[in-house]
Amino acid sequence: MTRFAPGRRKDYAGVAVAVPVTVPYQRYSTETAHWWIGRALRMLVDGAGIRPKDIDGLTISSFTLAPDTAIGLTQHYGLSPRWLDHVPMGGASGVLCLRKAARAVQAGDADIVACVAGDTNHVDSFRKMLSSFSRFAQDAVYPYGSGGPNASFALIMREYMRSTGATRADFGKLAVAQRTNALKNPQALMKKPLGLDEYLGARAIADPIHLFDCVMPCAGAEAFLVMGEDIARSLGLASVRILGTIERHNAFAEDAMQTRGGWVVDIDELYAMAGIKRGAVDFVQTYDDYPVISMMQLEDLGVCAKGEVVEFVRSNSFTFDGTCPHNTSGGQLSVGQAGCAGGFIGLVEAIRQLTGRPVGGAVSNARVGLVSGFGMITYDRGLASCAALLGKSAS
Amino acid sequence: MTEPLQRPKRKNPTARTRLPLQPLGVRSRAAHWLTLAAAEGRFALPTCVECGTVHYPARDICPACLGHMFVLGDVPAFGKLAAVTTIHTSTDVYFRERMPWRIGTVVLDVGPSVVAHLHGDCNDGDRVRLEWKLDKSGQAVAIALPVKETDNMADDPQLRELTLDPKFRRVLITDGRSSLGRATARAFAAAGASIIFVGVPEPWKPLPERAALEKLPGVEIMPLDLTDTDSVTELAGEIGAKVDILVNTVDHVRPGGMLDRKDVLVAREEMELGLLGLMRLAQAFGPTLRFRGADGVNSACAWVNILSVYSQMAWPQFGSYSAAQAAMLSAAQSLRAELRPGSVRVINIFTGPLETEWFQTVPPPKVATSQVASAIVDALKRGLEDVFVGDVAQDIRARLASNAKALERELGS
Repeated sequence: MTRFAPGRRKDYAGVAVAVPVTVPYQRYSTETAHWWIGRALRMLVDGAGIRPKDIDGLTISSFTLAPDTAIGLTQHYGLSPRWLDHVPMGGASGVLCLRKAARAVQAGDADIVACVAGDTNHVDSFRKMLSSFSRFAQDAVYPYGSGGPNASFALIMREYMRSTGATRADFGKLAVAQRTNALKNPQALMKKPLGLDEYLGARAIADPIHLFDCVMPCAGAEAFLVMGEDIARSLGLASVRILGTIERHNAFAEDAMQTRGGWVVDIDELYAMAGIKRGAVDFVQTYDDYPVISMMQLEDLGVCAKGEVVEFVRSNSFTFDGTCPHNTSGGQLSVGQAGCAGGFIGLVEAIRQLTGRPVGGAVSNARVGLVSGFGMITYDRGLASCAALLGKSAS
Repeated sequence: MTEPLQRPKRKNPTARTRLPLQPLGVRSRAAHWLTLAAAEGRFALPTCVECGTVHYPARDICPACLGHMFVLGDVPAFGKLAAVTTIHTSTDVYFRERMPWRIGTVVLDVGPSVVAHLHGDCNDGDRVRLEWKLDKSGQAVAIALPVKETDNMADDPQLRELTLDPKFRRVLITDGRSSLGRATARAFAAAGASIIFVGVPEPWKPLPERAALEKLPGVEIMPLDLTDTDSVTELAGEIGAKVDILVNTVDHVRPGGMLDRKDVLVAREEMELGLLGLMRLAQAFGPTLRFRGADGVNSACAWVNILSVYSQMAWPQFGSYSAAQAAMLSAAQSLRAELRPGSVRVINIFTGPLETEWFQTVPPPKVATSQVASAIVDALKRGLEDVFVGDVAQDIRARLASNAKALERELGS
């Protein structure tokens, strides 16, 4: 079977992405996912200066909505959208919702699509989610020490260190830089500076994963709106353009262990769509459930050359005001992981940077940003990978 | 190199008994292919009938051809331990009290990668052998073992969680008057059991083998009559808290089917001793066993039934006996479910006719009682759940699996 030529992907002309919002995270919440998602919707409506009924398209990403799905929320919130999607795909949620919403808007199926991700975090809800996360996790991972994703990523990290020569200090470099970024972000749950010595000296969780390789599960929500550029203009909203997107699932199933993600398959198409050179971006927002996965993305997304990621990490600063600004809000590692909202945090931050309204440190002269998503480790590897290139709006 | 297990000290009677917990015991139906493999000690994986692809984790649909029919195929158990982690933090209460816990990814020679528990002698990069074992929740898990036997291998703490090794454990064998009971006592003595209680009904009657039995290390002869509720209850009161493994060797074989006997007296005896005896034992010893499932090195761990393979399909020549055995098998299945929350495994050992006087008229092959005794100890050491001892039992097992109706006709002719 022949593959379609890259040129066949239609561009995203006429689509605007606007109103990045974050419902400030809490470590534990007595509220429900319904509450967190609803709060984000209200912030979208207020931020855009529209009425709730103007939202005629809706995507929902959440792990803790049970027994509800997106459809139940329409009645809960009194909305009557003409386009609806439920995308509970963890770290890939943000880019996947963006892609779907953009095409809906282009096709005229919806005018204003609200993309919302939110989860709550009750005491003990994390344990319950882990044990029932997927059928393969239930059958073939959780009964083995019940270390959760920490244990699964520890195995991936071990293999990654062996195949690339990366050391703990390299992963620490990313974690420390993100903390530096987070200190400028009043919404980050982590408020204290983190030094490399502290990173290296932290207790082992599932070696080689140590405490500061792990995200803190919390409650929160993130959201944005996708609409036609004309509507954004008439509402007076600052917005960004979509230059290109890709997604790929269950790539390289034949690899005995995961050392790369699905980006590798489609990355050339991503840059070709955007008409820019590989890696020619002003900042990168990776999905950072663990620094090892961020490193994998830097390489697979072509931010650095193949096989040179370790050297690349050692020779850049990754702070918002340094070289290769990365996870400029602090990322999940320092802001917190609010379930599916963790799949939105990088995208929401990218919209803020490109509209010149960051909540934390600003990347100067940011014109093109790369956002990537990764997620759903249902057995031994993350299945979903996706990425989007966003550009500063001309106006 | 595994640290040899130390003989447990006398239990402090005022100390709290650690309560049994289980790892997550929920599995999909397809995953029970592996429960089946573990129960019989096979290393097997679901194999697509259409394209022959072996896969893991267990699926409902073949990832190579989208076929939907599978067999459980025995495959080579070897592979490379590709990555190791030591988990220090767990969200699960069972593992939390057993931290740190090592797991790893084993890339099998036949293809799939399997996340597995690790024996302490398995290290990153090693070639290893995988086994399916039943964990404390009764469900199948993989453990990577060294390819070659290592010193004190069975004493490894993670492996011992998955086996029911008699070493340093205390066992009750219900019938010392039978040749099977005595052979079983010898096998447990050889396996390092610390106390071997041997029940003897009507102890005032002569027992010519008494002296030989008492010479075995750890043997203590106790009065026990399974037809007498008071006798069973009394013994449980005396030694119930010291029984880690209970082996019901009772057997009462009489020929005859449905028509030839004049009354149901013999049948009643068969049920009295077999089914009701098992229930008396369960009521008297079961609750304590279930409470003591995590009680240290010599925790309660197993209940072993010796059953005729004709419990699974009637042998009309011994029809009444088959019916009593079928009743025991049914009771054992319920017992299995009831003891599982206490981390106590019910093992069923299925045998063909034994080399005993009541099978005098039955032609060979027959099973020596010592062979059954070895099978019991082997099942405990390996942590099996269903064992078929000897050629007849294996043969019936295979015929039952391929065509139960054919077997019914064949046994009846």
